[in-house]
Amino acid sequence: MLAVEDLAVRFGGVTALERVSFAVRPGSITSVIGPNGAGKTTAFNAITGYLRPTGGRVTYDGAELTGLRPSAIARRGIVRTFQKTSVFPTLSVGDNVLTGLHLRSSAGFFAVLAGRRRLAAEERALAAEAADIVEFVGLTHRRPEAASALPYGEQRLVELAVALAARPRVLLLDEPGAGMTGAEKLVVSSLIRRVRDQGVTVLLVEHDMRMVMGISDTVIVLNGGRVIAEGAPVAIQAHPEVIRAYLGASAGSA
Amino acid sequence: MTRAAGFVVAAAALTLPFWLQSPYHVHVAIMAGIFAVLAMSLNLLLGYTGQLSLGHAAFFGIGAYTSALLTLKLEWSFWLALAVAVGLAGVAGFFIGRLALKLRGAYFVLVTISFAGVISLVSLNWIELTNGPLGLPGVPAPELGPWSLRTKTAYYYLVLAAVALSYALCRRLVRSRIGRALVALRENEALAESIGVDVTHYLVLVTVVSAAMAGLGGSLYAHYTRFVSPEVFLFTYTVTMVIMVVAGGKGTLAGPLVGAVLFTVLPEALRAAASWQWQMLAYGVLLVALVFFLPRGIVPRLAAALADRR
Repeated sequence: MLAVEDLAVRFGGVTALERVSFAVRPGSITSVIGPNGAGKTTAFNAITGYLRPTGGRVTYDGAELTGLRPSAIARRGIVRTFQKTSVFPTLSVGDNVLTGLHLRSSAGFFAVLAGRRRLAAEERALAAEAADIVEFVGLTHRRPEAASALPYGEQRLVELAVALAARPRVLLLDEPGAGMTGAEKLVVSSLIRRVRDQGVTVLLVEHDMRMVMGISDTVIVLNGGRVIAEGAPVAIQAHPEVIRAYLGASAGSA
Repeated sequence: MTRAAGFVVAAAALTLPFWLQSPYHVHVAIMAGIFAVLAMSLNLLLGYTGQLSLGHAAFFGIGAYTSALLTLKLEWSFWLALAVAVGLAGVAGFFIGRLALKLRGAYFVLVTISFAGVISLVSLNWIELTNGPLGLPGVPAPELGPWSLRTKTAYYYLVLAAVALSYALCRRLVRSRIGRALVALRENEALAESIGVDVTHYLVLVTVVSAAMAGLGGSLYAHYTRFVSPEVFLFTYTVTMVIMVVAGGKGTLAGPLVGAVLFTVLPEALRAAASWQWQMLAYGVLLVALVFFLPRGIVPRLAAALADRR
C-alpha cells in the first residue's frame, strides 16, 4: 500500500503542501482532485522523488520512499507520468516503449560487450513485450512513427505505454485526459480501468470531473495544500467543503 | 543494403595498403583511423547522451603521455602501456563523469574545457616527468612477438584493428538496453528517471568508456608519431573530433567513421591543391555548407534517402 504521512512541501515562504496524509488502497483507482494550485502535482512530485519534501514521509508496503531518487522509486514499482506531454520525441513509438522496458531487462555492461546468446534472447523477448504494450494502448498502426509526429492525444497514449512498460505496481497519472477530445478520454478511461483490473493500483490527478467520478473508487480532495475530503465519488460530490472549495466561500455560507 | 556496404568498406579497408602505393597515402589512412577511434569515442557522449565534451583532447593526451612515459621511462612493452593508458584515461573519465552528475549542457562543456586546460598546464610544467614543452621524443614503435610494427603498413593494420574493436564495442553498447538508456537521457531526462533509468550510473559509465576509447586513440598516436608534446592537448584536436562527429552524423554508428575519413583526407587533398590561405577558406566554406545542407550529418541524410527510395 502506498501511504503518505504528514507530507509537507514549502518553497521559501510559500506552503504548497501542509501535512497531507492519505493511503491508496491496493488495486483501486484513486483520484486526487482540487482547484488549481491545490498542490496535486506537487504531491505527485514529492511522492515520486522529483521533489524533496520539507516534512513527512512516503512509504510503500512499509518501506521508506522519502529521499530516494526517482529511478530508485520506479525500481520499487511506483511509476508516474507527467502533466505536460513527455515522450522520447525522436524515437519511434515502438522504441519509446522498448526504452520504457529498461527495468524489465537486466544485462549489464560486460554482458552487453560479451554479447552472449542469452542477450539476444532477452532482446527478442523485450521486442515482443513492447509490441504487446503498443497493441494494448491501440497504437500498433503507429509503431514505426516518431513519437513527436503523432497527434497530441496519441502522444499521451505513448506516454501511458512507456509508463506501463516499466511494469508499475502503482501507476501515478498526472492529468492523462488533459487536452484530449471526449472520445479520446473514453479510450483513456477504459485503458485505466483495464490496467487496474490487471492488479495495478492507479493514483490519478485529473480535472475532468466526469472522468474522475466515472472511474474512481476513491476521491481525495486537496485545497490549499491540505486534504479537505476523502471518500467515494458520490459522497465527495455532496461534500459541503468540496462544494465550497470549487464554487467559492459564498456558496458554502449561502 | 547496409550489410553489403559494410562488406565493401571492410574489404576496402583490409586491402588498402595493397592499392595505396604511396607511404604518404597510408599515413593519411592511419591518421584517419586514429581520428575514427577518437570520433567514435566523442560520439558516445555527444551523439547518444547529448553531452558535449570540449575537453576530449585531455583523454587523448592522457593516453598518449601515459603510453609514451611507460614505454620510455619504465621500458614497458607497448601492449601493457596501451592497456594502462586506456585504463588511466578511463579513470579520468570517471571523475569528469561524477562531476557531470551535477552539471549538464553548458556547464558540462565548461568543466571539460577547464579539465583539458589544467591537464595541458601540467604537461607543460611538470618538466621532470614530461620534459615540458620540448616533449618526449623517441617513443618506441610497438612490437608484436618477433615483429616490429615500425612500418606504415603494419601500423595501419594495428590501427585498423583498434577501429574495428571500437566500432564493435560502440555497436554492442548502442544496440543494447544500455544504449537505449543513454538515448533516453538525451531525449528526456525526467522521463528516463521515471521509468527507472539511473541517470548517475549511465552518465558515469558512458564517460568512462568514452574517455578510455580516447585514451586508446592517444596511445596509438604516440607510438605512431613516436613523439609526444603538450600539443596533444590542443583545442584543435577536440574541435576536429566535434566536426567529424557532427558532419558525419552524431548518434549514428557510421557517422564518426565517415566524418573521420572525410575530415582527415580533405585537408590533405586541399593541401596538395591550393596554397594555405585558400585551403582554410575552402575548408571553412565546406563546413558551413555541410551544416547548412545536412544539419543532421551525412549518414542520417543518406539513410533517409535510402529509406525514401524503398
